[in-house]
Formats: sequence, C-alpha cells, structure tokens
Amino acid sequence: MTAPKRVERPLSPFMIGPYYRPQMTSISSIMIRITGAAQVAGIVLLTVWLLAAAVSPGWFDRINWLATSWLGWLIWIGSAWAVWYHLLGGVRHFLFDAGRGMDIPTAEKLGWAMFVGASALTIITIIAAIV
Amino acid sequence: MRYLTPRKRAEGLGSARHGTRHHMAMVISGWALLFIVPVFVVILARTLGRDFETVRATFANPFMAILTGLFLFVGMRHFARGAQTAIEDYTHGFAREALIMLANAIAYLVIGGGFYALVKLAL
Repeated sequence: MTAPKRVERPLSPFMIGPYYRPQMTSISSIMIRITGAAQVAGIVLLTVWLLAAAVSPGWFDRINWLATSWLGWLIWIGSAWAVWYHLLGGVRHFLFDAGRGMDIPTAEKLGWAMFVGASALTIITIIAAIV
Repeated sequence: MRYLTPRKRAEGLGSARHGTRHHMAMVISGWALLFIVPVFVVILARTLGRDFETVRATFANPFMAILTGLFLFVGMRHFARGAQTAIEDYTHGFAREALIMLANAIAYLVIGGGFYALVKLAL
C-alpha cells in the first residue's frame, strides 16, 4: 500500500475553503482587487456630496446629513482604508515589476506591511482630520 | 492584397490585440495617483463635516479644484481599466461586454458629475 500521491500542481485561490489554504501572498493580492472595487462607494458619495455643495444649501444639508451620519463615516473610513491599501498594493506592483521582493519570505512580509500600513495610514488620516 | 506579412501584423500585439497598452496605462495612471491621492485624501478628510461655506470655499480654491479634477479623471479611468481586467477574468460573452460598458459608464458619470460641481463651485 502506498500513500495517495500528494497534489504537486498549484491550486487556484478560487478554491479557498477545504482545498486551498490561504496564504499572505494570494490574499494580499486578492484584497487589491476588492479594495479597488469597494472604493466606488466612497467616490460616488464624494461626487454626490460635491454636486450638493455646488447646487444649493438645501441639497447640501440633506446629503451632508447622510455623509456625516454613522453610515457616512463608515463609508469614509472604510474608503480611506481601501484607498491606502490599494495604494500600497500599487507600490508593491512597482517593486515586483522591477524584479524586487519576489522571494517568498519578502513577499509575505510585504503582504503584512500592506495590511499594517493601510491601518496605520487610516489612523493618521483620522488624526489629520480631527487636529 | 495585404502588404504586411501575417507575422508583422501579429508581432507585439498578443492575444488581446493591444500589446502592452492596457498594462502601461495602468502603470502610468498608478504613478500619477501615487502623488495625487495622498494629498487629496488628507485635504478631503480635513474638509468633511465642515459647514456649507467652508466646503464651498475649499473646493473653489484653484489648487484644490484642479487636484479634485485630476483625482476624479485619472482615478476613474484607472478604475474603469482595472474593473475591465477583473470582468475579463470572471465573465464571458454578452455579460462581459455589458459589464465593461457599465464600468466605463460609471467612470464617465462620476467624471462628468464631478466636473460640473467643480466648475459651478470654482466660478
């Protein structure tokens, strides 16, 4: 009796769950796409808010009420994290394009740096808004 | 009669027939956004929650008006191209074409709406 042959070929990250163990390299890459798409919510809110400010005080009051409600702040802060994460992901793309940081230990560290960096930059943004 | 050889017509274009144009557009807009976005995000964060007149004055400032215009135009074109890549990864046929058009429509609606607001605020 021989043990069943181990699967050596790479698996698609779309098999996340019982078949694919998530790693920092694949998850940090997928998160760039997710944060890119998620920013639409913040951009649409920003554009509607700008239009309201341009049109009339009445419209500004209505949209600004939404923009400064708990839902509004959730969208702004969530968008800020998404923007910073996506930006750091872009910087990593430039590093990879230059052929740097491609070895797995460095790539794993870069993934962690994106999550930690985006969170730190979001906190700095909130502090800059308050101070 | 074709004057170009089949090889000459195919060379450098790849399966998408556009060569590296899409990739280069993402790299170039990415580099631009690396400079535009941090400045814009910090100024926007400091403007949110302020009163009507302060918000209007902030975006009527020439520097901020131009920065916001660049942020919306470069950002939304970057979004449309990025979304296109994602759509091409997951969908095929009619749905693919329709979703790419939808992504472009959203991008140009935001650009158009934003520019109208900026012109009205700045003039």
